[in-house]
Amino acid sequence: MSPLTATPAASIDGIRSAIARGETTAKALTEIYQARIAGEDDKIHAYLSVDNDYALAQAARIDDLAAKGDPLPKLAGVPFGIKDVLTLEGFAATAGSKILEGYRPPYTATAVKKLAGAGAIFLGKLNCDEFAMGSSNENSAYGPVHNPHALDRVPGGSSGGSAAAVAAGMAVATLGTDTGGSIRQPASFCGVVGVLPTYGRVSRYGLIAFASSLDRIGPFAASVRDAATVLGVIAGHDIMDATSSPLPVPDYTANLDYGVQGMKLGVPAEYFAEGLDSEVRSAIEAGIDKLRAAGAEIKNISLPHTRYAIPTYYVIATAEASANLARFDGVRYGLRAPQSDTLAAMYRRTRDLGFGAEVKRRILLGTYVLSHGYYDAYYRKAQQVRRLLAEDFLTAFREVDAILTPTAPTPAFKLGEKSDDPVAMYLADIYTVTASLAGICGVSVPCGQSKAGLPIGMQILGKHFDEANLFRVGHALENLRRIGAPTP
Amino acid sequence: MPETERVSPDDVRRVAELANLELSAEEEPRMRRDLNAILDYVAQLAELDTAQVEPMAQVSEVLASVGEAPSEKQSVLRDDEVRPCLDRAQVMASAPETDSVFFKVPKVIER
Repeated sequence: MSPLTATPAASIDGIRSAIARGETTAKALTEIYQARIAGEDDKIHAYLSVDNDYALAQAARIDDLAAKGDPLPKLAGVPFGIKDVLTLEGFAATAGSKILEGYRPPYTATAVKKLAGAGAIFLGKLNCDEFAMGSSNENSAYGPVHNPHALDRVPGGSSGGSAAAVAAGMAVATLGTDTGGSIRQPASFCGVVGVLPTYGRVSRYGLIAFASSLDRIGPFAASVRDAATVLGVIAGHDIMDATSSPLPVPDYTANLDYGVQGMKLGVPAEYFAEGLDSEVRSAIEAGIDKLRAAGAEIKNISLPHTRYAIPTYYVIATAEASANLARFDGVRYGLRAPQSDTLAAMYRRTRDLGFGAEVKRRILLGTYVLSHGYYDAYYRKAQQVRRLLAEDFLTAFREVDAILTPTAPTPAFKLGEKSDDPVAMYLADIYTVTASLAGICGVSVPCGQSKAGLPIGMQILGKHFDEANLFRVGHALENLRRIGAPTP
Repeated sequence: MPETERVSPDDVRRVAELANLELSAEEEPRMRRDLNAILDYVAQLAELDTAQVEPMAQVSEVLASVGEAPSEKQSVLRDDEVRPCLDRAQVMASAPETDSVFFKVPKVIER
């Protein structure tokens, strides 16, 4: 383990009980993490902004509760970072873009508000690909994030800062967003746990939208237990997001220790085909063997339309992005190009100054596939294939409780390695976009590492609103990796 | 559609105009190259016969089919009640140019 990933070993429950027992204070803990950011983040660049006074004021409120002997809320004193596509009133929210430089949103995202209500401490806002568009974090207008395990490699994207901050011990947990893999893939690259909740499980109010039928908010943490705890806090219905589900939120930590005995776990052939790195394959197969030895029934399954997922995703996501990003026009907030003679010129010059190359590429592609003469061939076609991809999963989940795959086809690649080839970059999401299109839930859990010491994550996919079972499998995998598999 | 060069230089300019994007002389050929590469990759969707497949626009459509969400017919609307919204002064504080009541923009009609 490199010094940059030698994290202070702190769990959410451990922090709360240590503060309650008076063994530490929220202030002391916050200062440790602030010092760590000050010392390490010039090398990693996970944070775009920090506000030490704000965090210390939050910590003081927790310490007041503890001093009075009051019960502490679930996330009391836990140092968090927030991806910069989520709003916190009065704090910068750049979405990794120049077009929102200087913007101070007048409202707070529901997920962020729920964390605050549960006693979380906000260290700062985290770097990401511009408008969450990217698989390497190289599309941030403020410079890339470096992988804490190997500084010449990408942390994954788009929530690269959120994954790297947890991996480098610069936050105990973070929030990220996932549209086509932006939580799971960086979790895999950085060796942490990342959760894609079911579409509708977490309110998106206060999320700067990229593709509204796909965007989701989810947690990163060092363990499945911590990730499950955070999801329990941020999940639930919200009147401010019409797509949020009214289904009750279970206790996601209740079944963690049940193990996998008797569970049916599917392994889809299509996720182990050409293009999968051999070290990733070995690590995932070894993980599957451990789960089998622990009593899970492993079933070979097929998700026959998988190869069409990337083209389907890039039509639908860019079409929705072209509509969502029309709002950035220099009128109401953010950047405005100076000295334009007409409104139309101001729009164009503002968007030219404010958007980076990948954002422009996706807006152009999305506009093209929605434009007259191409709508049926591209957009309608992609929506039809989306249904086939979703039905693949619904069929599979009649036979199995969860599905095991690699999270990404390779470990973290080098900075600059794919930045000139959009299709090669898009293929980094080949195992993650399908779950995004289908709306099902997933989690990436560390499963091994390459000979070079790069983390490899296993993706566990579950049916809609079945997060509890994913956490059960993920926690079992963590335990099996720690103690070694029992002999069958 | 032609097998090569799906997107012409004119297409790029037309789409950029629709999207209110300004592309420099250097950006235009690069974007054309990338759009062609991506759309060549997307073209494989044509292999699938989807004549009998309903388009899926939202996850809620499949949730309804597995009984995890109300179907569109039963979909529950919230009560149409007046609730507080963001404070005007706070919102206007973010505007590039404002007279504190309206957003100010350059002239809309040329000449």
